[in-house]
Amino acid sequence: MLLLNASGCLDALTAPDVVAQLDAFVTKTVTPEARQGNPPVRIAETEHGMLNSIGLANPGRDVFLRETLPRLADTIDKPIWVSVGGFCSRDYVETCEQLARDDVACVELNLSCPNVDEAPESAAEIVRACREVTANPLYAKVSPHTWDMGQIVRAVEEAGADGVSMVNTLRGVALDARLQAKLARGVGGYSGPALKPVALAAVLAARRATSLPIVAMGGVQTGRDALELIACGATHVALGTVLFTDVDAPSRVCAELVEEAQRAGFERPDDAFCVALDAVAKLAN
Amino acid sequence: MSKPRRERRSVVAVEAVGPYALVRVERGGLAPGSPGQFFMLEAPGRVLPRPMSLCLAPPGELAFLLDPVGPGTQALAELEPGDSIHVFGPLGHGFRLDVDRPLLVGGGIGVAPFPYLSEALEQPPAVLGFRSEHHAEAAVLVPHAEIVIDPVLVTEAMPTDRDVLACGPEPMLDAVRALCPDAQLAWEAPMACGFGACYGCVVEIDGELKRLCVEGPVLCSS
Repeated sequence: MLLLNASGCLDALTAPDVVAQLDAFVTKTVTPEARQGNPPVRIAETEHGMLNSIGLANPGRDVFLRETLPRLADTIDKPIWVSVGGFCSRDYVETCEQLARDDVACVELNLSCPNVDEAPESAAEIVRACREVTANPLYAKVSPHTWDMGQIVRAVEEAGADGVSMVNTLRGVALDARLQAKLARGVGGYSGPALKPVALAAVLAARRATSLPIVAMGGVQTGRDALELIACGATHVALGTVLFTDVDAPSRVCAELVEEAQRAGFERPDDAFCVALDAVAKLAN
Repeated sequence: MSKPRRERRSVVAVEAVGPYALVRVERGGLAPGSPGQFFMLEAPGRVLPRPMSLCLAPPGELAFLLDPVGPGTQALAELEPGDSIHVFGPLGHGFRLDVDRPLLVGGGIGVAPFPYLSEALEQPPAVLGFRSEHHAEAAVLVPHAEIVIDPVLVTEAMPTDRDVLACGPEPMLDAVRALCPDAQLAWEAPMACGFGACYGCVVEIDGELKRLCVEGPVLCSS
């Protein structure tokens, strides 16, 4: 199992000490053109999580490749996963074409940002187009906004994905005292502890549909949370919102994960892989 | 600059200062940093910590003045001695202290960083504006302060031939900037992380959205 960060939840250049605790670093999503992101206010706390409407702020593909990526490679001693975004299939393809470099370990296609307009093509169509132009390992980050995760996962696998990442944030709204949206854009992506049951269900459904590696994320605060995702079929685990509140979270979660696995009767965390799959299947029937 | 650290610290006391709460915690291995820098304080029962500038650094302690207006600040104000919370900092960029004729200009809870700043600048004059006599009780923390109460505004009481260091609500900072284009202004924005990870606290600087936690919270206005 690898421990990663969720894309957009960590800046390796301002917090290399946090990255040092992870097994690999996932960049903020890169788009073809530079983006300032959405106007502020773009975060809001809720009772059990938080909303963000950052909107894929990034320096754009050219600056990323020329400046950010070399600086990242100099600063951190971890495999770099590049998160790729876009507004049509061609955006993704053109970025993938330029990521055949030694400093890129993996490409994660962000197919599910709730804070920008979606590409018109399906996730599988974008994966298929990118597969044709890159030999990099290719992960598809999919949305939890679906009733049939299995169908989506089978489709991206057939299109050539090497793995899937889930879940991205859920679309949400928060209102202020005057009953107006707290976020300037109105709608944002909901993350934090409340997302964990959604992530567990998504990973279970995906694992029933595929044997591809799954990078699982959504509401992980503790080692126990990570263990539950593994039990549902996660191959790797990523931390998101918890990185905002605890710069020691990766080390802590790793240590807790080993303890929690043993408490649950498993010598190593990976021994708990998929153990929830059968039990939940029986309940569902 | 002092390297930020995250430590679990015990609460020494929470004292009422007018309607505000002065939360005093044990300092432990945390550096106080420079005036205007801030710390992320764990707000019990809430998902996100809250950014608070350092108010005072008495020996062995760090103290934060806050206005209990929302669920996070209320949870902090309700802490009891012996409770413990995670404290992470110091973070961001504080005030430049290489000024010849400093004047502190504050509004409301914007007074928070001034006691520590006043000490560093050897107690310069200050002009502080509050919405009521009750709120103005916080001025006791700042030496040599002239107090104005709403509807009188700080911009009506402040001399303009000074090196202004200001903290307060946005309309006040805009008005101060109009009078003193070179003023150092401490801004506020909702933050999730405080160290550049979330991109939530952006403000527009020279036409670009920049992270207040990394570029600020103190920005030179010109």
